[in-house]
Amino acid sequence: MPNPLKPSERMKIPRQHSIEQNPEERNRNFNEVSFGLNEELALLEAKRCLDCKNPVCIDGCPVRIDIPAFINLIIEKDYSGAADKIREANYLPAICGRVCPQEDQCEIVCILGKKHDPVAIGKLERFVADYEMANKLFKSPVVTNQIDKKVAIVGSGPAGLTCAAELVKLGYKVTIFEALHATGGVLRYGIPEFRLPKEILDIEVNRVRELGAEIITNFVVGRTATLDELIDEMGYEAVFLGTGAGTPNFMEISGEHFSGVLSANEFLTRVNFMKAYAFPETDTPIKIGKQIAVIGGGNTAMDAVRTAKRLGAEKAYLIYRRSRKEMPARIEEVQHAEEEGIEFLMLTNPLRIVGDEFNWVKAIECQKMELGEPDDSGRRKPIPIKGSEYIIEVQNVIEAIGQKPNPIIQATTPGLGVSKRGTVVVDNKTMVTSRPNVFAGGDLIHGGATVILAMHDGKAAAASIHEYLQKGG
Amino acid sequence: MYKIIKKQKLSDTITKLVIESPLVAKKRKAGNFVMIRVVEGGERIPITIADSDIEKGTVTIIVQAIGKTTKMLCSLNEGDFVLDFVGPLGEPTPIHNYGTVVCIGGGVGTAEVYPIAKALRDAGNEVIGIIGARSKDLIILEKEMGEVCNKLYITTDDGSYARKGFVSDQLLELINKGTKIDGVYAIGPIPMMQVCANVTKPFGIKTYVSLNPIMVDGTGMCGGCRVTVGGKMKFACVDGPEFDAHQVDFDELIMRNRTYIDLEKTSLEKYEEHICNLYEKSLSGKGVK
Ligand SMILES: Cc1cc2nc3c(=O)[nH]c(=O)nc-3n(C[C@H](O)[C@H](O)[C@H](O)COP(=O)(O)OP(=O)(O)OC[C@H]3O[C@@H](n4cnc5c(N)ncnc54)[C@H](O)[C@@H]3O)c2cc1C
Ligand code: SF4
Ligand code: FES
Repeated sequence: MPNPLKPSERMKIPRQHSIEQNPEERNRNFNEVSFGLNEELALLEAKRCLDCKNPVCIDGCPVRIDIPAFINLIIEKDYSGAADKIREANYLPAICGRVCPQEDQCEIVCILGKKHDPVAIGKLERFVADYEMANKLFKSPVVTNQIDKKVAIVGSGPAGLTCAAELVKLGYKVTIFEALHATGGVLRYGIPEFRLPKEILDIEVNRVRELGAEIITNFVVGRTATLDELIDEMGYEAVFLGTGAGTPNFMEISGEHFSGVLSANEFLTRVNFMKAYAFPETDTPIKIGKQIAVIGGGNTAMDAVRTAKRLGAEKAYLIYRRSRKEMPARIEEVQHAEEEGIEFLMLTNPLRIVGDEFNWVKAIECQKMELGEPDDSGRRKPIPIKGSEYIIEVQNVIEAIGQKPNPIIQATTPGLGVSKRGTVVVDNKTMVTSRPNVFAGGDLIHGGATVILAMHDGKAAAASIHEYLQKGG
Repeated sequence: MYKIIKKQKLSDTITKLVIESPLVAKKRKAGNFVMIRVVEGGERIPITIADSDIEKGTVTIIVQAIGKTTKMLCSLNEGDFVLDFVGPLGEPTPIHNYGTVVCIGGGVGTAEVYPIAKALRDAGNEVIGIIGARSKDLIILEKEMGEVCNKLYITTDDGSYARKGFVSDQLLELINKGTKIDGVYAIGPIPMMQVCANVTKPFGIKTYVSLNPIMVDGTGMCGGCRVTVGGKMKFACVDGPEFDAHQVDFDELIMRNRTYIDLEKTSLEKYEEHICNLYEKSLSGKGVK
């Protein structure tokens, strides 16, 4: 029993909070908002854990990290051991500690949370990963086994990276094919620097590379070579598809063609991936007006609106047709957005976009909504209030209303089962698709979900690929 | 990194580059394009593939130096590298034996229509070529087009070479003369494509154009390249870039392409200033690294 405190004493310690940049300052820079817990705070927070006999937090974690075990290692100040413990289940702890919706996963079920605040599991995960990085304690596991079979991974987002890491550890020869010029998927082009510094991402991706995975960028599977060519001509015996859900939806209201109307994906790709924030030092431009509106209530919407604020928007509105409670974004991001001065227009639905004589956006017309009966998703359905239409002056409209899978591979791969929504159909245990040597996971099968679910799928697929190839393929 | 194997100036502003990329060379078809990023911090720009050599593993592109990125690209020399080169992207041109097809290239658009003309000719079509430009020095690929077309017409806006006038004038003349035309491919500046579409529409001649909206990724992930075709939103990089000319909203495309025009100018000015400084430094004998 490493924890010196009695359970009653543990419960008296309040939940510890991260040290954060001051909101008025941070909404003008791209540095990370949160500095996380320092060692002292982390030790205190770790001591709150009750080390339950039946640690339900583990069931709440999609990749089943042994949470009490790593927390106990923190109490023993064996931070490197704690990081290794997490890595047994999750190869990207510095990322997950930052972006996972812990409040809906491990922390929502935490026993301590029944009467008090739950253990800050995510913050502890991040502390451990950051400590390990800062002190250069990471040692790449040595892969001893060698299996002379090649596996192709398509897409270098969290699903692909995780599947690759697992297969390399088993001894396979793994190549990741990535369409863009850099790795990481949404982690690089979508999630902004102020939430997930690129340096952290680079370190985590490099670990997968050092482990032995080969990464080829600028390779669009379906175009540069088809999936069948990977198998028939390039000698890959199994393929994992982790191509995500990158194709943005548009509202299909009038005025979407005006300059200044962008999908959140385009906006974030320009700013994060192409570094438009540094224009004209860099070459990809972006134009953000004094007043802007972002449509949506998910993480993408939060990231877009907070990015626009940082690029100089004086009024940054977040327009969402349901109420704040229904917003799918991480709670922490919603709070951070509010602190940074984002104006939330809840129960508001965009009707049309108005342009000026130069074909630039000048306003958006909206309508107020009220909540009716719950719909299929269990959320109360928003209903328009008649006569409540009004106009908001804005120079940009950024749409973050959801994404669907990129169709290139589905369109160029005969015999691959695809749903009506464009997602690839898999067996949800083995992640195998309609083709026995092709597996899939992440946003490609869910159509826009979470990093950790993508990682779960990558792991599950790796296990099935191993089983499949051991049976002789 | 992708190596430039060969460079050839076709005119003052138009340069042909042969770039090493065996996979793209092998897979590319007429109508495909590549996305190129020249240097770190650079933008990704789409360029149509003009030709390829599977044995040598090379892809030919023809670039008109207009903005910063194209100027930078055209300033590279044999043996230099571009940082990123990805493709082949877009839906290839559907190649069938239609009968007689007119292939029209305006300015650097000739480089884009050339591979299509070649593929159509290989598929057994009678190919009539019309290429045009503002003036004689901007006419490119005359010889190559001459080789793949059964008949080639040339126009210049200022009359400095061949027929004075626009490619669309030549097209209308052919139609009026009663030439049997089963299809038209028109690629070039947007107004040229728009006029060609207007010429063929009353005659019900199937006409295709290749659109050049602003692109970021070129793989269907941003929607920046969205165009309206037949009243529907299409992503040019994955649904196109070729579309039925009679369905395209050209005015909208022209407007959307102006979105960043002032910033593009800033970027170019800054680049040219930088080049000037380098040049002056080299003149003053300080040497440039
Ligand atoms: C702005 C934003 C913020 C988000 N915030 C959070 C958050 O805080 N927490 C959270 O848990 N989730 C968040 N999400 C969701 C999360 O990022 C995704 O669920 C997750 O990244 C999905 O991982 P993936 O590996 O399936 O796909 P992706 O991360 O989308 O990666 C797919 C990769 O495949 C590549 N690819 C696509 N097609 C091809 C092809 N044909 N050939 C080769 N490569 C190809 C793509 O270029 C991309 O790099 C956010 C999403 C966005 C857009
Ligand atoms: S449920 Fe909460 S208190 Fe119990 S072991 Fe998990 S983190 Fe600790
Ligand atoms: S260029 Fe991004 S979707 Fe076409």
